[in-house]
Amino acid sequence: MAIYSTNEFKGGLKIMLDNDPCSIIENEFVKPGKGQAFNRVKIRNLKTGRVIERTFKSGDTVESADVIDVEMQYLYSDGEFWHFMVPETFEQYQADKNAVAEAIKWLKEQDICTMTLWNDAPLSITPPNFVELAITETDPGLKGDTSGGGGKPATLETGAVVRVPLFIQIGEVIKVDTRVGEYVSRVKD
Amino acid sequence: MADWRPACGLQQLRIRAQLLAETRRFFADRQVLEVETPLLCRATGTDPQLDFFTTAYHAAPYRRTLFLQTSPEFAMKRLLAAGSGSIYQICKAFRNGESGRLHNPEFTLLEWYRVGYELPALMAEVALLLQTLLAPACGELAVRPVGYRQLFLETTGLDALQFGLADYRRYARESGFAEAADLCGDEPGLWLDFIFSHCVQPAMAGNLIYLVHDYPAIQPSLARINSRDPRLAERFEVFINGIELGNGFFELADALEQESRFDAEIACRRRQGLADVEKDGLFLAALQAGLPACSGVAIGLDRVLMLAAGVAEIGGVLAFPVANA
Repeated sequence: MAIYSTNEFKGGLKIMLDNDPCSIIENEFVKPGKGQAFNRVKIRNLKTGRVIERTFKSGDTVESADVIDVEMQYLYSDGEFWHFMVPETFEQYQADKNAVAEAIKWLKEQDICTMTLWNDAPLSITPPNFVELAITETDPGLKGDTSGGGGKPATLETGAVVRVPLFIQIGEVIKVDTRVGEYVSRVKD
Repeated sequence: MADWRPACGLQQLRIRAQLLAETRRFFADRQVLEVETPLLCRATGTDPQLDFFTTAYHAAPYRRTLFLQTSPEFAMKRLLAAGSGSIYQICKAFRNGESGRLHNPEFTLLEWYRVGYELPALMAEVALLLQTLLAPACGELAVRPVGYRQLFLETTGLDALQFGLADYRRYARESGFAEAADLCGDEPGLWLDFIFSHCVQPAMAGNLIYLVHDYPAIQPSLARINSRDPRLAERFEVFINGIELGNGFFELADALEQESRFDAEIACRRRQGLADVEKDGLFLAALQAGLPACSGVAIGLDRVLMLAAGVAEIGGVLAFPVANA
């Protein structure tokens, strides 16, 4: 396992902290003109998603975390696990509820997403920033209202619920920004 | 590959030029002499907290090691001992490994010495200079002189001169810094550095010049110990918006005391496995010859420039920070 010194800390570096894999978000060097140098580091726990801040003495070392991102295709769910495949190698991974978390609500079977692996085990998945999904349920809108003001809830084919403009109808396909969970536009055939 | 273009805008270059001109006018008006001393030095500081750059000088057939200065202090004190009177210098200083939002390993220092000044007079001059330089950007900045112990107490409820491990640990834990207990162990100096930089500095009020004086004597560096209270060093630091801008001393003139502090720092370097350094014999010889009673201060001009330009990172005021130097 590689060892990183605080001098090598930069955004995106994966390290082990309190036995959990973490990703460094920000590293601030704090040093009085006369006195001890510290690194104040903002870190995301990749298991829980929580962001914490932690101070290190400059020059201290930590273990690297064997964390990689792999593009995968979502295959299906058997109720307990969600199954994914690396398209190039056909290698399959099964992720549990904690790993797929909220992200799965943006994916339908065959969709491509990014899986984060820790020691070759699924840690989390990230959907594409934008997905296109059909609407399965929403109140009938008012004809002629194209302003988009107000809006109404709509259920998508994956089960996710987003707010859409009033003119959107059942069966239409819309584009959604998964980072904020918001409607972007109607997708024309 | 790094970008060839400057990291900062042309406007920042202009503000830097103005700031330098203004600084030189300030000292010319006060008959303080501008001097230059070598950036390449035969000896360097012994401070275990400062890492330095080492260069190889080729004077065939000999090779000699020369260091890039971490501060012009020793050379300027040799000038003072030679009778220069009050002097100032604007120069580059180099500190290895220091890079971040407020640090670049090569940076611009303004350092000056006032012969015959006690610390309060020098602190007043520092405040006046900063008010002058920052007036266009910040308006009239108010000044708050405050003792280190007082400020520490106000912010944390802890006594900086009366170290109590249990109290310090509890305060750190309650402030969300549980890791401090491991980092600082039972070393009072480390605890003070940690709590001051993590809790006291961020809590400072904005747009106010803090002159924090009477530092604890644990790390006096090159400051004289207060003759009335040996727990204090005659040292101050200046801050604006929680950013440390400079550090000043009533200068230690006692050659024996200085040499024993060097020895202590060299011993500390050995314990920590840091590069061995030699004491600067010429500096010590100058102290033996006699340093006039004086106070001196060093100001990080790039950080002053950050305030003048309203920029949050030192890279925003440097033409070419280390990443694309």
